[in-house]
Amino acid sequence: MLANQIGYYSLILGLLLSVLLCGVSIKDFKNTHKQINQNVLSLSFLQLVFVIVSFLSLIISFINSDFSNETVFNNSHTTKPLFYKISGTWGNHEGSLLLWLLVLTLFIFLFLIKSREQPKKYRILTLLFQQIIIIGFFLFVLITSNPFNYLFPIPNEGLGLNPILQDPALAIHPPILYLGYVGTSIIFSSSLAAVTQNYVSKQWGQHIKKWVLVSWIFLTIGIMLGSIWAYYELGWGGFWFWDPVENVSLMPWLTLTALLHCIVVLETRAALTSWVVILSITTFTLSMCGTFLVRSGILNSVHTFANDPARGIFILIFLFALIVLSLGIFFIFHKENNKSSNNFFWLSKETSILINNWFMMYFLSVVLIGTVYPIFLDVISSEKISVGPPFYQKLIVPFLIPFLLFMSLGPRLKWIKSKIENKNSIIITFIISVMLTFFIIKNLTTELLFYTVLISAAFFLFFTTLKELFIKRFNNISQTVSHFGFSLLILSILFNNILSSEIITNIKIGERYDYNKGEIFFKKIEERKESNFNSIIASFEIKDKNGKTIELKPEIRIYNQPVIITSEADIRTTLLEDKFLVMNLVKGNEYFNIRYQIKPFMVWIWISVLLLSFGGLMSLFKKKYEK
Amino acid sequence: MKNKFSLFVVVIFLSFCFVIFYKGLNTSNNYIPKVNEKKNIPTFKAKDFDSDNYINSDKIFEENIFYIVNIWASWCVPCRTEHPLLMQLSKNESIKLIGLNYRDNFNNAKNFIDDFGNPYSRILIDKDGTLGVEFGAYGVPETFLIDKNKDIIKKFVGPINQEIVNEIRLIIK
Repeated sequence: MLANQIGYYSLILGLLLSVLLCGVSIKDFKNTHKQINQNVLSLSFLQLVFVIVSFLSLIISFINSDFSNETVFNNSHTTKPLFYKISGTWGNHEGSLLLWLLVLTLFIFLFLIKSREQPKKYRILTLLFQQIIIIGFFLFVLITSNPFNYLFPIPNEGLGLNPILQDPALAIHPPILYLGYVGTSIIFSSSLAAVTQNYVSKQWGQHIKKWVLVSWIFLTIGIMLGSIWAYYELGWGGFWFWDPVENVSLMPWLTLTALLHCIVVLETRAALTSWVVILSITTFTLSMCGTFLVRSGILNSVHTFANDPARGIFILIFLFALIVLSLGIFFIFHKENNKSSNNFFWLSKETSILINNWFMMYFLSVVLIGTVYPIFLDVISSEKISVGPPFYQKLIVPFLIPFLLFMSLGPRLKWIKSKIENKNSIIITFIISVMLTFFIIKNLTTELLFYTVLISAAFFLFFTTLKELFIKRFNNISQTVSHFGFSLLILSILFNNILSSEIITNIKIGERYDYNKGEIFFKKIEERKESNFNSIIASFEIKDKNGKTIELKPEIRIYNQPVIITSEADIRTTLLEDKFLVMNLVKGNEYFNIRYQIKPFMVWIWISVLLLSFGGLMSLFKKKYEK
Repeated sequence: MKNKFSLFVVVIFLSFCFVIFYKGLNTSNNYIPKVNEKKNIPTFKAKDFDSDNYINSDKIFEENIFYIVNIWASWCVPCRTEHPLLMQLSKNESIKLIGLNYRDNFNNAKNFIDDFGNPYSRILIDKDGTLGVEFGAYGVPETFLIDKNKDIIKKFVGPINQEIVNEIRLIIK
């Protein structure tokens, strides 16, 4: 009760502080002092504190199961374990918006601390632009999605949290993802500030690169966590479904990756200024657009918490206001630097980075069209279409071949003007890759030619980066690690795709099922009661062709609040493959439907994404040991 | 000048997007497909399950009787519940069942038929799901009743039940 009041009033105070901050910083902007007024810093800190207090009080309401709070009532239940009571805080629309606000205020405060050596006017403008976003979100939270709505009479019990969201990976997925997703706001604000101050320069590039890296690392890991969750929780054994929700997280990732690459051009060559600014604006716009798409209910997904058109309209107007503002600033203030610096020699690092950007933009447009086009078509012709994995695979996978090849060659090039060195070693590596691929997959697939080329390209990148890691040691090791991780990711995904096998059958207790490579034995089931669900745990013995037996225990859970039946897969992970078993009830039958999958190199997909982001992390702390 | 023009284009494009999204918010996003009743069967060519040859659709529906086209897959759980009813229907002389094996693994499908029996006079392979789309299907299982004029006269979404079987019996009498 008390927590509720505190939370609500700190939100209002936070909003008032925003307005105050704007006033103080505009006054300070005209001031001739070299440094920002200390008050601005303190106010920004105070604002962060208020948002933290508000967030904490929502957590406390969740822990205490205070059902006088509407958000808690809608998303919690007394029988839930403490851990999920806490994670339920951001497992809903209102709470997650509070998390948005928290990240927004946190990042601007950190920015102010970390940018002391930057020009004062630029810092103040960044603060102002960020405050515009913050005010927009404060209003959004307070007007349309107040997390502290009061309920009377107080209900005895809450409605519970969607069981598929009651999961450890999903408990940390939103905060991590948000740090990346919302973190792009600071890139947006500072690039607008830099444009107004005509400060898009080498120094700015070096300074903003850290923020790009931080967002990129968190976004990468956040997407991976969501994907891991989908893998074991949704029970299909896939890890990427090209669902609109996944797409909206992938789109800012693509532009952020493109930005990460061309910011390097900016910081060393002071070129591509417009492009960097456009990418910065686009990245945050896509993040906002993603929020709009999944929260307004225009698309249906697990992330659509409530279908309230008022919210949709608010974000939509806010989104377009931001776009118009940023474009206006860009067109009015941006001055193209001397044109000659954008003319690159065809064989140079600059060109290779531009090629990377073209590919990123192509991938982005495929994903964007696949996600948004159905909405457009529906509105214009009321025709409903659904765009599925084949669309994305057919448009993206073939283009990975040149992408991987350029990725292997590009980093070897030098700035300004380069020539290809060690031609022989490149050719030998390439031939080895092709031959290796051919021998590995010749009996595995029907589309031999296509896969040979594709996998060879991936192996080519794999070997080139591996060689680099061993021979050149500390020469741009962060980039090599990331590229190595990417090649490993593509290889794992491809082999996972080609080598996966599955068996689906109906089986009853005590029965054996022979498949050509082994045997599945359904030993027994037992029932168990937990505070928030009842479960049926089956136990299966699976013998493979070498006579090795493993025991897998898939589970069916019947959650009590709300009543939903979920299947929990049991997964045995080894370095080489995952064995994945999930079962379903067959209505009015003693049989259980089981799906047994052998998925090779599954764990390598996660490892390679971690490597990818680890490369980013190394780059963040680069200067300390490199050079 | 050039700058002004691109600004103009961007503004027009953005307003367009805004209008679309705005309208999109107000349209329902629940997918309610039109039921394609009284529609001619599509002409197509499909791979036969048993012989691996391609057959033309007019060859498949050549007899002057009722046909049922049933879309199924071994991975589809509801298909298992409706299977005994299909077996029951297949005993009827005046109707032939055509199975459309939708996006399935051949071996799994074969095991399915071996385990539960084969109600179909012919099974066609729809590996990529395009045949199902031709029929206007939007899920598995789905059952189409085709009359002697080769028109689709009924469509049943989801697993069929005893009531539907009785209804079909009444129609084909």
